[in-house]
Amino acid sequence: MSENPVFDRIKNEVSSDDVVLFMKGTPVFPQCGFSNAVVQVLTYLGVPFKGINVLEDDDIRQGIKEFSDWPTIPQLYVKGEFVGGCDIVREMFEQGELRDFLAQKGVETEAV
Amino acid sequence: MAMTASEIEHLIKEAIPDAVVDIRDLAGDGDHYAANVVSASFKGKTRVQQHQMVYAALKGGMGNELHALALQTSAPQD
Repeated sequence: MSENPVFDRIKNEVSSDDVVLFMKGTPVFPQCGFSNAVVQVLTYLGVPFKGINVLEDDDIRQGIKEFSDWPTIPQLYVKGEFVGGCDIVREMFEQGELRDFLAQKGVETEAV
Repeated sequence: MAMTASEIEHLIKEAIPDAVVDIRDLAGDGDHYAANVVSASFKGKTRVQQHQMVYAALKGGMGNELHALALQTSAPQD
């Protein structure tokens, strides 16, 4: 075990699925507008993802901010790589970059 | 303790002197803003890096006093 067990847990979560979203609430019941915005984008693109509710785990809620050096939630990870929060995911989506980015990472999206 | 638009602009310009900062108050509660920041220092940096520079300028305010800052960053067009 490394000196930061919370980081270890985060590393496991981040690599446990192709697309992982640290969010407030769950994909079915988002409890924050910004988290919900990312859920909507991923759902629209038909991208399966794992939602992690930081409201249920304060260690993860604080730890994830240090882990990525990013002060807010939600945080999107694709193939273990931090992509961004709500602003960046929405901007990438609106500029048509998100689908290409996901394809580059080998993540299927639905033709819409 | 919320932050005012001028405080946010001042902090960003203190850390990124050439930044052109356009801030809109989304909710009038000092907690929800949208900001567009343009600076030559963003050139060649990813969006994540650009946003991290702005968050660093806010010295921990982001996610604490400041709940929401819808951020857009870009380098000036040549």
